[in-house]
Amino acid sequence: MYKYDNYDQTIVDERVAQFRDQTERFLAGKLTEDEYRPLRLMNGLYVQRYAPMLRVAIPYGLLSSEQLRMLAHISRKYDKNYAHFSTRQNVQFNWPALETVPDILADLASVEMHAIQTSGNDIRNTTSDQFAGIAEDELEDPRPYCEIIRQWSTFHPEFSFLPRKFKIAVSGATHDRAAVKVHDIGLYLVKNDAGEVGFNVIVGGGLGRTPFIGPSIRPFLEKQHLLSYLEAILRVYNRFGRRDNMYRARIKILVNDLGKEEFTRQVEEEWSHIKDSVLKLDQKEINRVKGFFTSPEYDKNAAEDSSFDEAEKSNKAFSNWAKRNLFTHRVAGYKAVVVSLKAPGIAPGDATDEQMDHIAELADQYSYGEIVVTHDQNLVLPNVKQADLFSLWEKLSEKNLATANIGLLTDMICCPGLDFCALANAGSIPIAKQINEKFDDIDYLHDIGDLKIKMSGCMNACGHHHVGHIGILGVRKKDEEFYQLTLGGSAEEDACLGDRLGPSIAKEEVADVISKLLDVYVELRQDEERFLDTYRRVGITPFKDRVYPKTAVKEKAYANN
Amino acid sequence: MRIIKDKKISDDDWVIARELDDSAPIPEGNVILPFSYWRANRDELLKQDTAHAVWIDGDIETEELSDDLGQFSIIGLDFPAFKDGRSYTHARMLRDRYNFEGELRAIGDVLRDQMFFMFRCGIDCFQVSEGKDAEDALKSFNDFSVRYQAAADDAVPIYKLR
Ligand code: HEM
Ligand code: SF4
Repeated sequence: MYKYDNYDQTIVDERVAQFRDQTERFLAGKLTEDEYRPLRLMNGLYVQRYAPMLRVAIPYGLLSSEQLRMLAHISRKYDKNYAHFSTRQNVQFNWPALETVPDILADLASVEMHAIQTSGNDIRNTTSDQFAGIAEDELEDPRPYCEIIRQWSTFHPEFSFLPRKFKIAVSGATHDRAAVKVHDIGLYLVKNDAGEVGFNVIVGGGLGRTPFIGPSIRPFLEKQHLLSYLEAILRVYNRFGRRDNMYRARIKILVNDLGKEEFTRQVEEEWSHIKDSVLKLDQKEINRVKGFFTSPEYDKNAAEDSSFDEAEKSNKAFSNWAKRNLFTHRVAGYKAVVVSLKAPGIAPGDATDEQMDHIAELADQYSYGEIVVTHDQNLVLPNVKQADLFSLWEKLSEKNLATANIGLLTDMICCPGLDFCALANAGSIPIAKQINEKFDDIDYLHDIGDLKIKMSGCMNACGHHHVGHIGILGVRKKDEEFYQLTLGGSAEEDACLGDRLGPSIAKEEVADVISKLLDVYVELRQDEERFLDTYRRVGITPFKDRVYPKTAVKEKAYANN
Repeated sequence: MRIIKDKKISDDDWVIARELDDSAPIPEGNVILPFSYWRANRDELLKQDTAHAVWIDGDIETEELSDDLGQFSIIGLDFPAFKDGRSYTHARMLRDRYNFEGELRAIGDVLRDQMFFMFRCGIDCFQVSEGKDAEDALKSFNDFSVRYQAAADDAVPIYKLR
């Protein structure tokens, strides 16, 4: 993984000093609340419903065991003994005291971490594929490019006060696990006809109130032009993105208002001026950064192990876990292990200090000391020998980290909602609980198979509800919590937005309604179809009819008019 | 006016005409004119044998000034609120694309904690907001000793130093 040199370390250290000074000036009354706000926001510090919330960057989701131990330490020393892993591969602390934040940042800097640009209208942490570097379907490891983008975008003097926040994702695989098409800029590593590898550039995707799947504006960009092209896009956006209405300010609105052709023309025109400037990347630099993302020395005999097969046959609980929580590794005899942070009764994505320490220990023991945070708010140990899987599973189970539910109904994505967030219309964590209580039969869950439920407490869509196979959106009606369901969304290479099922439903009914939707699926599914496939084949009507038996007739008649 | 120029505190006698009707007579003395006034009275102004200065905000595009850049000794860049970051791009366009060598002066809501970024984009003069301590503001130029990316200052991409 990337290691800081003197330059990188100096920047984070100076940032800590700067923020300490800003916070002291604020506490001494020399900065007003209004003046301090933009400064703390550039350091990931929000003031929420009950306390400040500090968001810490985990570049492209990659953590060392030492860093994870530090997160555990911070949660113990400054917070309530837990941390929350977010859908953007970051981590959040919900209860730090404002005065201690400079100390937290200093602790983070001691392990090459920071909170720079984790909020504010700037370029945020670049995200990537949680299986980068080990996936079989990977053309090239995207992380070196994420790191190059990280350095270019850190304290970029021109782009620190954009119309709105700006998120970039990079994927190097055929299967998109980074939700590339719903980012402000999405980059796919692709091969052109000449066999060279470059980027397919997607711009203007996003969720929130006005969701869009982003269009490609350049199907092939040579690697050396990566930064100049990004700079051209950002410059067009900084000049012309709307600033009069916060909900119309994302680049997706600009792309949509101008139209893809005109937007592309403007970017290409800007690019023509800066393409051959100092922004042009040296191959030497690309190679240097690639040098940080090398493979460990894999055991050549790893595949000869037979203990894994035997354990799978003899232990049902282990085999359930192995079926769901392992991901195929490009090296025979190895697996990537997904550590579930979705145990029943726990807020999705939360981990206690003890769990974090435990996972760090297991990463050292079994996976070369690396951990990856996923978009689905789980953690991955990317390099585990199959001979070690059984003992790893036993040790994960000790700390409630081996729930066999990856990709299943209970592996939900969920924003903090009414429990923590000042903007929420409705709770999302209590709905996750309700769903967990209703669907507690592991065999049923495995029978239902792949199903992505995504939940947001308001239309800002932090929980990505639009792209859930089943999306749940909290709304407020007469001061009560209601939920709007959508079906058929996806954030992968076949990205699309879900369709509205019908009128919103009461809080108590959410799990029951999901149960009805699943009944329809079980009745109609063919062969190996997933819920999403069945939905795409049969459409929304059978689901609608089951959930709204009376109104369905009326709506149909209406639709025919 | 209290300013910070080339990282030093000083005073100068330029005043900013925030609002000036296009049909108003040409003001006396050193006045930074709204660009709209310049456009409306260009021929008259060019007859005068003095230094010219205009200011623009985010709604004026730098392309609109580009033919007249040789006439200006100062271009004021307005930051109506700290959130409005368009003038950062203006500064870079004026420096990098049009090679403007006169003074770029930040006016409006100029916060100490943003001056480091403004300077890097090519702004070399800052009107210090009323009630703010200019000495204190000077310190912010030293907030960071390392710069990752090139901009309108003398920085090169950091990897070239590695
Ligand atoms: C608790 C306090 C939080 C607040 C006040 C908050 C606020 C917001 C707001 C206002 C937006 C909409 C921005 C826009 O559309 O321009 C947004 C988007 C988003 N938030 Fe949050 N959020 C919070 C927590 C979280 C958490 C915990 C996560 C991850 C689990 C998260 C992930 C996201 C994501 C991924 C988006 C982006 C949607 C997009 O890119 O269109 N947020 N948030
Ligand atoms: S979706 Fe809404 S309720 Fe949920 S965290 Fe985001 S802003 Fe808060």
